[in-house]
Amino acid sequence: MGDIKFLQGNEACALGAVRAGLRFFGGYPITPSSEIAEQCARLLPQAGGRFIQMEDEIASIASIIGGSLAGAKSMTATSGPGFSLMQEALGYGIMAEIPFVVINVMRGGPSTGHPTGPSQGDIMQARWGTHGDHPVIALYPESVPETYYEIIRAFNLSERFRQPVVFLMDEILGKMNESVEIRDDIEIIPRKKITGEPSQYAPYAIKDDVPQTANYGEGLRFHVTGLFHDETGFPDVSGENIQKSIDRMFRKIAMHEDEVAKWEETGASEPDVLLVSVGIQARSAKMACKELNREGISAGVFRPVTVWPFPEKRLAELARKARKVLIIEMNKGQLADECRKFISGDKIVALNQLNSEMISPEEIMSTVKGVL
Amino acid sequence: MFDYAKYLRMDKLPHIWCYGCGNGIILKGAVRAIDRMNWDKDSVMAVSGIGCSSRATGYVDFNSLHTLHGRAIPFATGIKMAKPELNVIVFTGDGDATAIGGNHFIHAARRNIDLTVVLFNNNIYGMTGGQYSPTTPQGYFASTAPYGHIDPSFDIVQLAMGSGATFVARSTVANPREMEKFIHEGLKNKGFSLIEVVSNCHERFGKRNKMKSPYEMIEWIRSRAVSKAKAETMEPEELEGKIVTGIFRQETRPEYVETYDRLVVQKAGGGN
Repeated sequence: MGDIKFLQGNEACALGAVRAGLRFFGGYPITPSSEIAEQCARLLPQAGGRFIQMEDEIASIASIIGGSLAGAKSMTATSGPGFSLMQEALGYGIMAEIPFVVINVMRGGPSTGHPTGPSQGDIMQARWGTHGDHPVIALYPESVPETYYEIIRAFNLSERFRQPVVFLMDEILGKMNESVEIRDDIEIIPRKKITGEPSQYAPYAIKDDVPQTANYGEGLRFHVTGLFHDETGFPDVSGENIQKSIDRMFRKIAMHEDEVAKWEETGASEPDVLLVSVGIQARSAKMACKELNREGISAGVFRPVTVWPFPEKRLAELARKARKVLIIEMNKGQLADECRKFISGDKIVALNQLNSEMISPEEIMSTVKGVL
Repeated sequence: MFDYAKYLRMDKLPHIWCYGCGNGIILKGAVRAIDRMNWDKDSVMAVSGIGCSSRATGYVDFNSLHTLHGRAIPFATGIKMAKPELNVIVFTGDGDATAIGGNHFIHAARRNIDLTVVLFNNNIYGMTGGQYSPTTPQGYFASTAPYGHIDPSFDIVQLAMGSGATFVARSTVANPREMEKFIHEGLKNKGFSLIEVVSNCHERFGKRNKMKSPYEMIEWIRSRAVSKAKAETMEPEELEGKIVTGIFRQETRPEYVETYDRLVVQKAGGGN
C-alpha cells in the first residue's frame, strides 16, 4: 500500500502529471483550473522541469507543443473560454502528431458564462472543437483518486500514440478534496527514443500507424509542419496523401481502441434501465442505481472513463437488452445526441440540467420510476 | 565562396517565393550570419509562423518547425524552455509578428528570452494576395485598401524597444551586408533580439503602387533608407516616410531561462 494523501482534484491532477513525467507546463490563469498551474509552478522546478505563465491560452498551448517537440513531456490546463482559444493549436498537435495533455476543468458556458459553476458543456467541444476531421482521445475522471491515475494514463496514451490527449474535469471535482492512495506500481510510458541515420531519417515514417518522430536537438534534424506532409515531414497536399493521412490518423486510434477505451459498469449486469453518465455526475447516478437496486428495480450504470472515442460498441450491447437508457448530463444532451447514432431513439431518455447543480440521486430515481 | 549548400536543403529548391522577392536575400543573410557563429547545425532550431516569410524554415538544414499563423514565438519559447541549449531563430513577417502575433512578440521581448527574431517586413500580406498589414504605409494601396490605406503603421523597432528587447536593429534588403551583420549581432546576444528587415513585395504591394519590378521596389526602399546617425541630424518632417536603419539597442540583461534556473530552480531545491 502506498501513502494516503488528502488532495484537491486540481492538486491531484498536477501531482499525477509530474509522476507521469511532466517536465514543462505553459499556462494562463483561469477559474476553476488555476490551482493546476499553481501546483506546477511549485512542483516542476523541484522535479527538473520548468514552468511558465504565458500571455494567453493560445501562447500556452503553442509553448507546450514546442516543449514536447524538444523532448519534455508537456501539458497545459484551462477552462472553457481558454479551451476555445486553444482549439487551433490542438488541431496542430493532432496533425503534426505531437504528444501533450490539455486539461479542461469545465465551467458553465457559453462565453464567460459561470466561472465558478459546474457544467458538462464541453464534451462536444473536446470532440469537434478544432476544425477538420480528426481523431480525439479524451479522458474524464469521476473522483480525485481517479484524476491522479487517469492523468497518468493520459500522458501514457499521448506518448503511445503521439496524440494530444484532452483531459476533462468537472468544476466540482477540481475544487473538492478526497483521499488518494499513491501507489508505487504505476506504469509510465517514457518518450520513445528514436535513433537512425541522420541523412536517411524520416520523422513521419509510420510504424504500426504511429509516426517515429524524434525530439529536436538530439542529432536528427527534421521539419515539422501543420500542412499535410509526407513521411519526410515536408508538405504534400496531393489528394492522395490527404486521404491517406487522415485515414491513417483515424486508424491509429480506432485499430487500438482496446488500449484506449475504458469504462465502468455497476449495478445490475443486464439492466432494464441503463443509466449513462460521466464525470462527477456519474457518482450521483451510481448512488441512485444502488437505491433502485435495493428497491428491486433492475438498474445499472455505464460510465465512460475514456469519453472519446466513445465506447459505443459495449454501450450498444447493453442498450439492446435494456428497456430504457437514461442519459444523465449537466448539459443540453451532448452525450444523448451521440447515443442516438446507435441506440434506438424511443429507448433514450435524456435527463439534463443546467442550473449549476448536479442532478440529484432522487431526481434520477424519480425519472427512472416515471419512465418504467 | 560561401557554401550555401551546407545550410540549405538543396532538394527543396527552387523556393516558392516570386522571382526577385527580397525573402531570398534575407534567408541568404541569415545563413551567412549563422555560419559566422560556427554552430553545429544540430544545435540550431528554426521556427516560423505562417506567411511568405515563414516558408524559410523549409529551406534551411537545421531543426525546423513551421507553426501556426502568429504563434512562432510561443512555440519557440516552449522549445527554449525545454531545451535551452538549442540556438533558436524565429523567421516571421510583419503580419505574423505584429498583427496576429503581436501579443506574443511583446511578451517574449519583455521576458528577454534568448530568441533571435528575424522579421521580414514587406509591408503587406503577400501570401493571401496583398491585403494591408500593420506596416503598410498610409496612402498606399492594398487589395483591402482599394481607396488608399488609412491606418497608421507600427514602428516595429520602437515596439521591440518599448517591450524590453535587448538587441534591436533594422536593415533592408537593399543593404545585405549590413543586414547580415545585424543578424550576426542579434545571434550573439544572449536574450531577445529583433532584426527587422524591410523587404520588397513587388507582386502584391508594388504592382498596386506603381512599382512593378523588384528593381523599382528595392530602389524605393533604398531611397528611403537613412542611417540612424544621419537620422539624428534630421528634422521630424524630413524623416517622414523614411526607413531608419541601424542598431537601436544592444545591451545586456539577464536572460529568462537562465534566470529561471538561477533563481526559481535553486530556491525550489531542484536541478535541471
